[in-house]
Amino acid sequence: MATVELTFSALPAHVRTARLVATAIARRTGVAEEILDEVRLAVGEACSRAVEAHRLHCPDEPVRIELRDDEGRFEVTVTDVAPSDDVTPRVLAANGNPMPEMAGLGLAVIAGLADDVEVLPGPKGMCIRMSWPASSNGAAATA
Amino acid sequence: MDLKLDHHSEDNLTIVDVEGEIDVYTAPRLRELLIDLVNKGNFHLLVNMEKVDFLDSTGLGVLVGGLKRVRAHDGSLELVCTQERILKIFRITGLTKVFGIYSSVDEAKEMHGRDK
Repeated sequence: MATVELTFSALPAHVRTARLVATAIARRTGVAEEILDEVRLAVGEACSRAVEAHRLHCPDEPVRIELRDDEGRFEVTVTDVAPSDDVTPRVLAANGNPMPEMAGLGLAVIAGLADDVEVLPGPKGMCIRMSWPASSNGAAATA
Repeated sequence: MDLKLDHHSEDNLTIVDVEGEIDVYTAPRLRELLIDLVNKGNFHLLVNMEKVDFLDSTGLGVLVGGLKRVRAHDGSLELVCTQERILKIFRITGLTKVFGIYSSVDEAKEMHGRDK
């Protein structure tokens, strides 16, 4: 099992970096090209949720993302340490205020995109684990 | 790619051209533009997303927020988008029922003209 771990400061600008890293590793792991957009979006949603939670509760703590090649599956775990029971992302209205009716949209998007999703309590905050099929030898990347 | 925003008005319609990625980092800029346009009396907006590479739920939230603002003035906010990967997120969230989504600016302008 090959693992890449990344920690980044809870800044919105770094979410894009996390997306790019996840997409690159997914491609290398053998995730099919037509699924890479889904990986990119789902990882971005999970990281956005974690960054927003950290900015609210613990802005100095980094967000952690693990990317694993797990025997034919590409697995991503995004972990935050924000002490909050609220696992839903804050979606902002045009005036910058949270939109309660849009809460959960990010998780809904993840659920619609990832092949397999679990939202679990982490050591301090939340873990979102999601996975997609990948060729066991990364063959899809070079096919 | 970062986010590029431009806009111009044709008749009663303000066309907002968006290029790049709309995410948690860049969405506030789109939000500010939409607020500014509405505050200046532009209540019929057409957001051209043909050059958008990436859209997440933060961007969706900004578009829905913009829609609520223009509807408060009996206005409209519609979209131009033909990219399957962008349309997919609208379908997953059910927002295809909320936004008018057109395949070209000309098609949207034609429909807007009929509705006037």
